Amino acid sequence: MADGRQITVALAGNPNSGKSTIFNAITGGRQHVGNYPGVTVEKKTGRAVHNGAELRVVDLPGTYSLTAYSIEEVIARNFILDEKPDVVIDIVDSSNLERNLYLATQMMELGAPLLLAFNKSDLAEARGLEIDAEKLSRLLGVPIVRTVGHKGVGIRELLEAALAVAADPAAASDRQSLPHYGREVDPEVSKLAEMVPRKCRQTGRDRWVAVKLLENDAEAIKRLGTIMPPEELEELLAAAARPRRHIQSVCGDSAEIILADRRYGFISGACQESVRSSVETRHAFSDRIDAVVTSGLFGLPLFVLLMLLVFQFTFSLGGWLTGQLDAAKELLAAEVSGLFPAGADSTLRSLLAEGIIEGVGTVVSFVPMIFLLFLAISVLEDSGYMARVAFIVDRFMHKIGLHGKSFIPMLIGFGCSVPGILATRILDSRRDRLTTMLILPLMSCSARLPIYLLILGAFFPRRAVFSVFGVVEVSNQALWLLGIYLTGILVAGVAARLLRGTILRGETGSFVMELPPYRMPTVRGVLVHTWERGWMFLRKAGTVILAAVIILWALTTWPKLDEEHARRFEAQRVAAESQLPPGSVQAEQTLRAIDAARCEAELEHSVIGRIGRTIQPVMAPCGFDWKITTALIAALPAKEVFVAQLGVLHAVGAGRRAEKPLAARLRAAYSPLQGICIIFFCLVSLPCIPTLAATWQESGSWKWALLQVAGLTAMAWLIATAVYQIGSLLVT
Amino acid sequence: MPADGAEKAARTGMSSEKGDPGNPPLMPLTMAAVGQRVLFVRAEGGYGLTRRLAEMGLTPGEVLEVINCGRGPYIVSVRGGRLVLGRGMVHRIFVRPV
Repeated sequence: MADGRQITVALAGNPNSGKSTIFNAITGGRQHVGNYPGVTVEKKTGRAVHNGAELRVVDLPGTYSLTAYSIEEVIARNFILDEKPDVVIDIVDSSNLERNLYLATQMMELGAPLLLAFNKSDLAEARGLEIDAEKLSRLLGVPIVRTVGHKGVGIRELLEAALAVAADPAAASDRQSLPHYGREVDPEVSKLAEMVPRKCRQTGRDRWVAVKLLENDAEAIKRLGTIMPPEELEELLAAAARPRRHIQSVCGDSAEIILADRRYGFISGACQESVRSSVETRHAFSDRIDAVVTSGLFGLPLFVLLMLLVFQFTFSLGGWLTGQLDAAKELLAAEVSGLFPAGADSTLRSLLAEGIIEGVGTVVSFVPMIFLLFLAISVLEDSGYMARVAFIVDRFMHKIGLHGKSFIPMLIGFGCSVPGILATRILDSRRDRLTTMLILPLMSCSARLPIYLLILGAFFPRRAVFSVFGVVEVSNQALWLLGIYLTGILVAGVAARLLRGTILRGETGSFVMELPPYRMPTVRGVLVHTWERGWMFLRKAGTVILAAVIILWALTTWPKLDEEHARRFEAQRVAAESQLPPGSVQAEQTLRAIDAARCEAELEHSVIGRIGRTIQPVMAPCGFDWKITTALIAALPAKEVFVAQLGVLHAVGAGRRAEKPLAARLRAAYSPLQGICIIFFCLVSLPCIPTLAATWQESGSWKWALLQVAGLTAMAWLIATAVYQIGSLLVT
Repeated sequence: MPADGAEKAARTGMSSEKGDPGNPPLMPLTMAAVGQRVLFVRAEGGYGLTRRLAEMGLTPGEVLEVINCGRGPYIVSVRGGRLVLGRGMVHRIFVRPV
């Protein structure tokens, strides 16, 4: 190995194999996160130096196989085909060997210079699995290194072996054994291999291409289309169709099933000779837990209890931390304002204090709540419980035309819709994925909480309704909140059914999911997973929301009041200052009232105020005046902006100090019924701009994002109107 | 070493699905009880479904054990791992008691 040469190391593996811990152990956690070109699948790369060789480590998406079944699989496969890494390390969960080795056989077929990391080898031993790695390595023709990712065990040896493979990748591929496909299939593979274009033969991929042709792999055929003329491809496909029919008639199953079966056969054969275990002992412990956790009797109550605990934890601890951050934000805004000369009408001061610090600060103050929810979700996921949740809720999800797996992204959506939408990738069927994505904003995200709290605080003062064992007191506000969240879920159910009955009609996608054994989550693993999701939120807050906040600030600042109008306020101030004893309470109150009135007038005069006024007639049936309408528009980039904007519009200023007076103003200006309508509208309406961007990206078309805005807004309008109109009738 | 096609066909009873003596009849997985070990014969579903199952280790001729069958999906044990199979899928999976 020549020093100074850069070696590309690709990390592959099944979703539960502990790939990210190995990645972190190799790179020391220093990573660059980007996207694979053209798709939003995250691409993590990191660097490491070992024995003078510089390694570029690329973390491929976690997949069960390399058939072009999902975007992740296509990406992993194309990376190996196009970028030809010097070594591919397949991270194998040694406690679930057969399933995990399936990916490895596909890598071998692909001719990748493979190295196997038998990860979680401590777990395998604890479960009574004796793996003769040397023998297995000989049988497969692939080097094997045992690792324990979270303890860093075997990482040195792994890098050592990686360098050895990278020294001569071609030789490494040549040493690999290949599965025998049986006497009906093998000759067909050889025949087809001779017919593929010469280019494939030069790269040693003729056999792989032949296998893919037998499997009728659409992605591989598409790739062939780029290197050979259409008529030759036509001929090749016809040549592949004949053996496909032959295999089907002789073996009774289609070629791809037979091929999968033979790969598994190859793996079992090798494992039988090198692994000693009583297979069942591995799952005995998990099965005992599952006897309770997934039982018809206890499964559901246990799940509901756990969810209540998760939300209690998030809201109580998160609410407190959010309050602290809010206070810090106020302090910072005041400090920055203080840097400018008093009374100076500085645009820069306004941009910094009222635009950037206020806007971004509000968003950042949700970070604790979002991170705490993601922390809880990570614990549930890493322990293996989340897969059980999908099992437990499946029959309810079926009623709305989705299946249990859709619940996981929806749960994440209670923190923030953006990572929730990204999490829909775990769904196999595109229809399921789109449906889940479209209804996801109905899971009330934590940004909407301040709106509810403001309105509830204004119209439904907190009082205890009942207490549980005299310890936990349940307030009317808590019950309101529960009702709001449940309403969101109910509307989501109706919307999902509607979608499945119309534009996304079709059968619910097949639900197959691996149920991993329970395990103790590691602190590091939980933190990494929490950070990965939370980071998505932070990144959006730092880019989209920052930009939107600045635009919004401009829209609320210009055009300024005309000179005459402004002078009138000045005159009022001067008059008040001269008439009232300086420094008195009365003087202060009067001055503040004048400033507030000015603020209100300025906002009404601004672009956003004018838009609000123009649109208001449309919103009148929901019981909204122009101020509410304007605040709703202002809340487009991020829902939490609604509260701040309403504060400004009601001339009490924005921020924490304004909350109490704002509640009083709201009580004076609106009825409780209007308050409820605001809550419902905010719950259902207009997802924030980052959510729309995520839907656009993930669905691959702006049309779905447009449908999401239009559908949700229409529903919000209908619901708020119905509540307001019927409520008005009942009240009078 | 993998069994070849003819052998496997005999094991799964592919050639005589009507059921001859000594070969228990085919039944949907829904008929299997908890703890019962059955032989996976075939899945009636699209190209995607059968293939997905095969990749998760459920290939024809494989023995699976029903671990849990509540009102919702099933949990089965295949190749030492646990798979959750949706209700709709369980109806379309045909097995033979071992």
